Amino acid sequence: MSGSYLEASARNRILGLLDPGSFVEFLGPTARVTSPHLPELDMPVAFDDGVAVGEGKIGGRTVLIAAQEGKFMGGAVGEVHGAKLTGLLERAIDIKPSAVLLLFDTGGVRLQEANAGLIAVGEIQRAVLAARHAGVPVIALVGGRNGCYGGTSIVARTCDWIIGSEEGRLSISGPEVIETVEGAEEFDSQDRALVWRTMGVKHRRLIGDIDRVVADDIDAFRAAAQDYFGKSRPLALDALNAEQEFLASRLKRFEDCRDAREIWARLGVNESGRVPDLNPDEFENLASSCAVRRP
Amino acid sequence: MEHLEFRFPGRPGLVWKAEGKLVGVVGSGNLEVLIEPADLKGDCLATISTSIVGFGETWRQVLTDFMERHTLSDIRISINDGGATPAVVSLRLDQAVADYLGAAQ
Repeated sequence: MSGSYLEASARNRILGLLDPGSFVEFLGPTARVTSPHLPELDMPVAFDDGVAVGEGKIGGRTVLIAAQEGKFMGGAVGEVHGAKLTGLLERAIDIKPSAVLLLFDTGGVRLQEANAGLIAVGEIQRAVLAARHAGVPVIALVGGRNGCYGGTSIVARTCDWIIGSEEGRLSISGPEVIETVEGAEEFDSQDRALVWRTMGVKHRRLIGDIDRVVADDIDAFRAAAQDYFGKSRPLALDALNAEQEFLASRLKRFEDCRDAREIWARLGVNESGRVPDLNPDEFENLASSCAVRRP
Repeated sequence: MEHLEFRFPGRPGLVWKAEGKLVGVVGSGNLEVLIEPADLKGDCLATISTSIVGFGETWRQVLTDFMERHTLSDIRISINDGGATPAVVSLRLDQAVADYLGAAQ
């Protein structure tokens, strides 16, 4: 199904990515597995706790897939929401699909569920690593209005691959959190150009945090995801040590930069001011020659 | 939160059977509507959890209008509401029926 990924609901993203008629949802809304915490706070629940999980096919190959509904509590992870993601990843170990696709659209942990939400994020991360260890590629898709923030951004970076569209952002702390803590002189959360060039997927691609930038189109996400089916990144100790060294040397290389544009210029990007205007294909051409390569 | 329940006599005619359908998302000024088949001896049942207290009569009127617009029986409608206006509620209810009947064909 062609169409905007950004504008689609969680379920419509899933239905658009999968082969027609192939989606089987686990613990769908009629199961009514809802948050035990929100009623205690006198807040409304959602019948699916803001995430749809299930199994389906892409190009005839079996995948497990999860999509967060960003419009319910900002896509934030609560206890049930997290358990659905963890359960899906644990199922991957049993059935060995071609990939697990995690469609993140989230501010991170659901603060109303505090410790339960934090524990859930830890469990999801452990399950991602367990699935990867079992040889199942885990692919994060970031293209929703909430981006991918907080603990969930750590989960995304634990995946094998990350695909994003330009509307997506990936960062631990959100713009308003940084502004609140450090002041507007340090980071003006209202400056959208600043937010995007600091947290947006183009910057993440150029500094080697994500693997692919695609157009805001469900077909484009599907085509990119298929490129990673059956492909895992190494997870042995020497690979993790190499990743750690890579991060340390990257920090050293760019630590005096005051703005993402300085980093891009240092990477050899000509006319770094034009980066935001490049369409995804033009940008990927640029990134394939200039971007930092992670090991 | 306020929890409301309304039961309406169904209008037998066409018998639709489909999987439950969910439309809408719980958020400020929005709601989710889950519509599914249920054995209610021909009646229809609507249960509502809403964050806005004190509008039971408005809910009754909106749902009564909805039941008059459609020929439904043995249907359960469950709503989680984040303070949607009556017009939004009506549109979501109609969307739920359209999705449900579409899936049953």
